[in-house]
Amino acid sequence: MSEPRKVLIVDDEPNILTALEFLFKRSGYEVRLARDGGEALREADAWRPDVMLLDIMMPVKNGYEVCQTVRERPELAGVRIVMLSAKGSEAEINKGLSLGADRYVTKPFSTQELLATIDRLFEPGDAGKP
Amino acid sequence: MRTPKGVVLWVGAACAGVLLVLGVGAALQYWAAAPENRPHLVEVVAEGLPVVFFGTAMLMVFAGMAASWLFRRHPHAARQLAEQSRSLLAAESGFRVSTAGAPPLVELAAAINQLADAYHRIEHDLEARSVETRARVEEERDRFVALMSELSQGVVVCNADGRILLYNPRAAALLAPSESGRHGDYTPLGLGRSVLALLDRQQVVHALDMLQHQIGHVDRPQARFVASAANGALLRVQVAPFLGAERKLAGMVFALDDVGQLMGRESQRLRLLQSLATGVRAPVANLRAATENLVSFPDMPADRREQFVEIAAAEARVLTERLNAALLANADALKGSLTLEDMRAVDLLAVAQRRIAEALQLPVAIEDADAELWLRVDSYAIAQAMTFLAARLAGDYDLHGFRLRAGGGGNFGEIDLVWTGAIVGSDALSLWEGEPMRIGKEETPLTLRDVLERHGAEAWLQVDKIRQISRFRLLLPRGQAVAPVAHRTSTAADSRPEYYDFDLFEHIGGVGELADRKLAELAYTVFDTETTGLEPSAGDEIISIGAVRIVNGRVLKQEVFEQLVNPRRPISRESTAVHGIDGKQVAGEPPIGQVLPRFHRFCEDTVLVAHNAAFDMRFLELKEASTGVRFGQPVLDTLLLSAVVHPSVDNHHLDMIAERVGVRVIGRHTALGDALLTADVFLRLVPLLAERGIVTLGQALEASRATYHSRLQY
Repeated sequence: MSEPRKVLIVDDEPNILTALEFLFKRSGYEVRLARDGGEALREADAWRPDVMLLDIMMPVKNGYEVCQTVRERPELAGVRIVMLSAKGSEAEINKGLSLGADRYVTKPFSTQELLATIDRLFEPGDAGKP
Repeated sequence: MRTPKGVVLWVGAACAGVLLVLGVGAALQYWAAAPENRPHLVEVVAEGLPVVFFGTAMLMVFAGMAASWLFRRHPHAARQLAEQSRSLLAAESGFRVSTAGAPPLVELAAAINQLADAYHRIEHDLEARSVETRARVEEERDRFVALMSELSQGVVVCNADGRILLYNPRAAALLAPSESGRHGDYTPLGLGRSVLALLDRQQVVHALDMLQHQIGHVDRPQARFVASAANGALLRVQVAPFLGAERKLAGMVFALDDVGQLMGRESQRLRLLQSLATGVRAPVANLRAATENLVSFPDMPADRREQFVEIAAAEARVLTERLNAALLANADALKGSLTLEDMRAVDLLAVAQRRIAEALQLPVAIEDADAELWLRVDSYAIAQAMTFLAARLAGDYDLHGFRLRAGGGGNFGEIDLVWTGAIVGSDALSLWEGEPMRIGKEETPLTLRDVLERHGAEAWLQVDKIRQISRFRLLLPRGQAVAPVAHRTSTAADSRPEYYDFDLFEHIGGVGELADRKLAELAYTVFDTETTGLEPSAGDEIISIGAVRIVNGRVLKQEVFEQLVNPRRPISRESTAVHGIDGKQVAGEPPIGQVLPRFHRFCEDTVLVAHNAAFDMRFLELKEASTGVRFGQPVLDTLLLSAVVHPSVDNHHLDMIAERVGVRVIGRHTALGDALLTADVFLRLVPLLAERGIVTLGQALEASRATYHSRLQY
């Protein structure tokens, strides 16, 4: 059996962190948590996750900035980014995808659909494309 | 009386004539005598020399007196008569010429007066005939002015050059300087002024471009924009052109609405939507993730289950709080759509009263209405709803009339439809609420419930069984009081407001070559100042400025400038005696540094006129360095112009000129009073100048310079 996929969940709300941590662990993922943009970048550098679930409105660095920084670093090229946000206008979605996110999921979302979305990111031929 | 130069000349000539005749006589006598008798002749003459001298002197005195007497009775009197005759046409009909000249001139004066009588009689007849026509025109004009005054929308009409031809009181109120900026820099709304100064110049120019482009391509060209006025109000401006010959742009109509409040409400609604959209998403996401975990993983350990249940409960609380907070903060946004307008409850009742009485032919009385209550309603729909209820009641029960009432406190106002007698079951209202409202043959698909929902309103039936009084009560959202249209206080009590001047249509072109423009068609600011004393160079200061504008030969008594100025120095008792202004009156007034920029804006694009202008201009010039305000426009002086028109008269005091040209003197010795008088005098001088061939501004300035008085220094 291959190694479990690594997911870094970045959000400043503890309740969503708890719920998503439980969800992903139960679904066979290895999970780490970050509570702001700075911590997210440090974890990404140190741990090289396969997927980042990235909230937008966060302290220190917002989700857009984190996404942009990750995409600027060649060593993090393999990281898939899914933005999870309460901001959901067409313009904001457009901005997230333009800055390099693979998917943009607006809150609230279905947990099962979120899992399916992430699974699809690893299907051959789909990686890195929205 | 001053000795006219002509008298001296005449007397001199007469004396010279006497000497010449005597000299020639003596010479002839000398040459006619035989040569041997000539020495004897000289001897005889030498002996009689004193007598000859005396005789000659006497002759010269008599000749001089005769010459002086003749001059005063003939050429001088004739010239005076000519001047008076010229004044005849301009002065009031009572004025007649008179002369102390020779009998033929007295006869001439009588003939001139007869002509004047005939002239004034004909004038009177013509006047009488035109009175009827004028009355009709005036009536139409009054109706038009009334109509414009009643409009709740501000209207400004300008010609193709952007010069304002008309505005209504609402426009004046919308564009009035704000209270806080009372002494600040602003351009007042005024006839003949440029519309570009009132609103954002670029936006107006852009609108004009759009209109020019649309003309010929579009059926009803118009442009719209939202602009902020100088007083900070947010105005929605709608511009429509009107076309002249060959479908060329002849002018524009600007319709102005204060949309500050509407925009505020609209942006509040947007904020509410945004705060609901973003504020609610996150807690719902948390809630959903927690509950979905509970559902998806029923086998989770008990402590985990408890944790997710707690998260769900906490997020549900957060959600409730956010919803409440957002709704509370933006409560006004939900008060109604843009079709609802703020109106006085009393006015709403009056509309309902008329409609019910007309539809049902029953007496309807307004028994009690709170005059201060404002409602936010669609007045048509509410009046229709009340008429519908009244019609249903009158149809099903035997009622003889209704009473209307308005009152209530808090966020809602109450409108009651009250009747005495028949007791109506409470189920009637719930039945009628769902019916399409039908009044006679008029029917709409709308139900009473629709109307109530649109207003966020409620209705119920209240019965006082003992007094047999029933009422339908409508609870309607309260509105905001709309500021009444501020009517300008008229400073010239007897004149009607002059908010328009269509003759300005004819005026094309800007300031340009002022010198060649006709006096009769220029715009003027006639002003006067009161001061602490007569010596500006010794530190005397301006304490009051009054000014009025003349546009197109009319004194615009509604567009005046009147401002007291704090001179920051004592006012001498002597000058207080003249103008009645003392230190106490000017204590709270702005200093000259604040007043002059405003006055400068008031004078923009006009020629200045003042009586004894050199005096006032000296005060203004001395302030140039400290205020940076320079009055560079041409200045006309009524004192000098009077001297041009009446060169043989010495007295050019304002009162005397006024009397000569037939202007009634009232309200002197306030800056504004004197400015108004000077303006009237100036308008009477213009035709008198024209009779002397002085028609353009350049000619008037040149003639002023040439008069003797212009050499006086102040």
